Amino acid sequence: MTESNAAAIAATREAPRDRRCALLWQLVDDYSLIGIFIVLFAVLSMTVRYFFSWDNVVGLALSVSQIGMVACTMMFCLASRDFDLSVGSTVAFAGVFCAIVSNATGSVAIGMAAAIVAGALVGFVNGVVIAKLKINALITTLATMEIVRGLAFIASHGQAVGVSSEAFFTLGSSQFLGLPVPVWVTLACFVVFGVLLNKTIYGRNTLAIGGNPDAARLAGVAVDRVRIAIFLIQGLVAALAGVILASRMTSGQPNAGEGFELNVISACVLGGVSLMGGRATISGVLVGVLIMGTVQNAMSLMNIDAFYQYLVRGAILLIAVLVDQLKNRRQSR
Amino acid sequence: MADVPRLEFRHIGKTFPGVRALGDVGFEVRAGSVHGLLGENGAGKSTMMKILGGEYIPDEGEVAIDGQTMHFRSAADAIEAGVAVIHQELQYVPELSVMENLLLGRLPTRFGLVDRRRALAWTRERLDALGVDLDPRAKLKQLSIGQRQMVEIVKAILRDAKILALDEPTSSLSHRETDVLFRLVRDLRAQGKAMIYISHRMDEIFELCDAATIFRDGRKVADFDTLEGVTRDTLVQRMVGREISDIFGYRPRAQGDVRLSVEGVTGRALPAPTTFDVRAGEIVGFFGLVGAGRSEIMRVVYGADRRTAGEVRVDGRPVKASRIRDAIRHGLVFCPEDRKEEGIIGVRSVSENINISARRNHLTAGLFVNDRAEARTADRFIERLRIRTPHRRQEIRLLSGGNQQKAVLSRWLAEKDLRVLIVDEPTRGIDVGAKNEIYNVLYELADRGVAVVMISSELPEVLGVSDRVITMCHGRITGQFDRASANEQNVLAAALPEGAGTTLPRNA
Repeated sequence: MTESNAAAIAATREAPRDRRCALLWQLVDDYSLIGIFIVLFAVLSMTVRYFFSWDNVVGLALSVSQIGMVACTMMFCLASRDFDLSVGSTVAFAGVFCAIVSNATGSVAIGMAAAIVAGALVGFVNGVVIAKLKINALITTLATMEIVRGLAFIASHGQAVGVSSEAFFTLGSSQFLGLPVPVWVTLACFVVFGVLLNKTIYGRNTLAIGGNPDAARLAGVAVDRVRIAIFLIQGLVAALAGVILASRMTSGQPNAGEGFELNVISACVLGGVSLMGGRATISGVLVGVLIMGTVQNAMSLMNIDAFYQYLVRGAILLIAVLVDQLKNRRQSR
Repeated sequence: MADVPRLEFRHIGKTFPGVRALGDVGFEVRAGSVHGLLGENGAGKSTMMKILGGEYIPDEGEVAIDGQTMHFRSAADAIEAGVAVIHQELQYVPELSVMENLLLGRLPTRFGLVDRRRALAWTRERLDALGVDLDPRAKLKQLSIGQRQMVEIVKAILRDAKILALDEPTSSLSHRETDVLFRLVRDLRAQGKAMIYISHRMDEIFELCDAATIFRDGRKVADFDTLEGVTRDTLVQRMVGREISDIFGYRPRAQGDVRLSVEGVTGRALPAPTTFDVRAGEIVGFFGLVGAGRSEIMRVVYGADRRTAGEVRVDGRPVKASRIRDAIRHGLVFCPEDRKEEGIIGVRSVSENINISARRNHLTAGLFVNDRAEARTADRFIERLRIRTPHRRQEIRLLSGGNQQKAVLSRWLAEKDLRVLIVDEPTRGIDVGAKNEIYNVLYELADRGVAVVMISSELPEVLGVSDRVITMCHGRITGQFDRASANEQNVLAAALPEGAGTTLPRNA
């Protein structure tokens, strides 16, 4: 018994070359996206005028800051095999609500807090309906997307809501250590959610639920609780993004963030997050967001008509999904 | 003509990232014969079958049918060439009926609409002719796993395949269904089909197969043109590469106080209250036919299904009803029957699958996952249970069934205060060597004072491993036997429904 035991262990250790080979492939898989982004960035720096300048790069970062924040939480949502279409509406509603409450109370802080709480509430409702009432996430969030957008229009009477207080603009327009505050907030989101995903039970359980919800439950994962938390946090961060966006635009606009949810999901998928659940990396999502922003930015610099930018974005998404598919196929054939 | 085998594998080789699955393997299968394929989990049998079915493309070598070299690029190519491979993982549409599954893609139509009457009549006729007792209108999801498997086999037969490969077809069949299957296989042999039959059950190999090939570690280690005069021990020895005198290797041990006490427990599928105890250091085998309520009661005890009444206690302390995490906190854990659907998290690594529950006990700062400790845990169990994987970060779905099972067991062995382990069909679809290893794990746990409950449909296993046997039938406990008094006759008689005593299951 012990002898054959040792033999078997030796057999698994015997082929260090195979092992190294496998690890190498894993490395290529893990970092190919970052490589693509670096090449893209380098090529654009050399070919597109004004692209590689501090101001432009900061502008690029600012333009993807809202998508970046929400992509962090959308990553959790997709990784657990769920879906959230309501974030765009939440962004708009939070902006409007923040403006209204700020005007009514005279305090921007209270307005922002109220908006963020409202966003968390939307997410909580999503989560409870999906986890407890077992309604499909796509349908649930499609419904809340409509409802919350409606609330934004009703609350604002269809008009942009301006804020009189100066403090309202500072969040969106001030700088810290040379970078705009929204960019700092986005970076903080990536750090926080990266740690949550990789280093906490919450993150690991999210991936386990996405990989196989039944097995996760039998292994003692509090599946319902984790799913509700994912949606709640998603609503909260979407509201934060909405508040920052409103601050940048100096008013809460009920039609803000249209199509936002799809851009966020695109960025995640581009970053290698599997729609089948169980697979997600924070670095992938970061690169996904950056690729989206970079392409958009470069096209604008090259004076490509905004209408064509839709085509390019769609094409990039398709290619990304195809590449992912090919990678998976190689692994299992 | 008679010299050309119907099917020939020539020098097949296949490598996956980090694993050499097959190396220079070849054998022949003649028309009108059943060829047994034996080997431990991970020996390469399933890989070979996937190559035959066109799902994998071999790196080296080729497949020949009637002496003609084939180059299957897809599953469709293989089907076209008359090959039907029935895998352990079935491929069917759960929402469709038996009839629709059988006729998928070629339902008879009238005026462009599906002619249900004709389809139904046709399906009935075929099922009757094959002696298969299935309702053509039943949806696949309503059938037992065994019945679904029959549908798969019938589908292959109806496709008129000339080469039929069955990968562990009986692992989830009841005895009656197994009998039907064997009759089918013999009929098909008489019709001149070439068949490959993979099974871990030796008696089936001897009963059905004309010839056999044994794989070990991705290589062919033996070919038998006939099984006349070959003993079971010879086959096992060649498969495992060592001698296993007694695969159960039971050893008696001291028993302590009652650890698990189940009192008057009912569930939605179990209206009759169930009561039993398990002592520390005791292994209790639950035996019964498929659907007797063994899995159902254990799922309720664990909290996976709703408990409607009754009390479950671990060391006297009550466990909350329908709360899996409370059960785990009390050291009461459960390994489900359906490994793929409920046991493993396929796209996650071996290490993740092992650490998913126990990680809560070694967090740093009470919040952060301790990767180093988890790597140590994973490596320890990979070594101790001989889990074959290139490294702990391999996705677990790429491992063979036995190795997946060992990882699921490791998940609970990693719990620091394990008191009660319930395993549901722990050795289903697992080879002799791995079975022996799993039994040893159970003994080791029992030695440490863990109360073990083992559900099994294999009578020899139940009798060989258990200190006490409890039989169930129709959702009720129908008998209890200690090791000394339990034998095949009395255990079986207690497990069979009233008046069924005449049809003794074949394995008995």
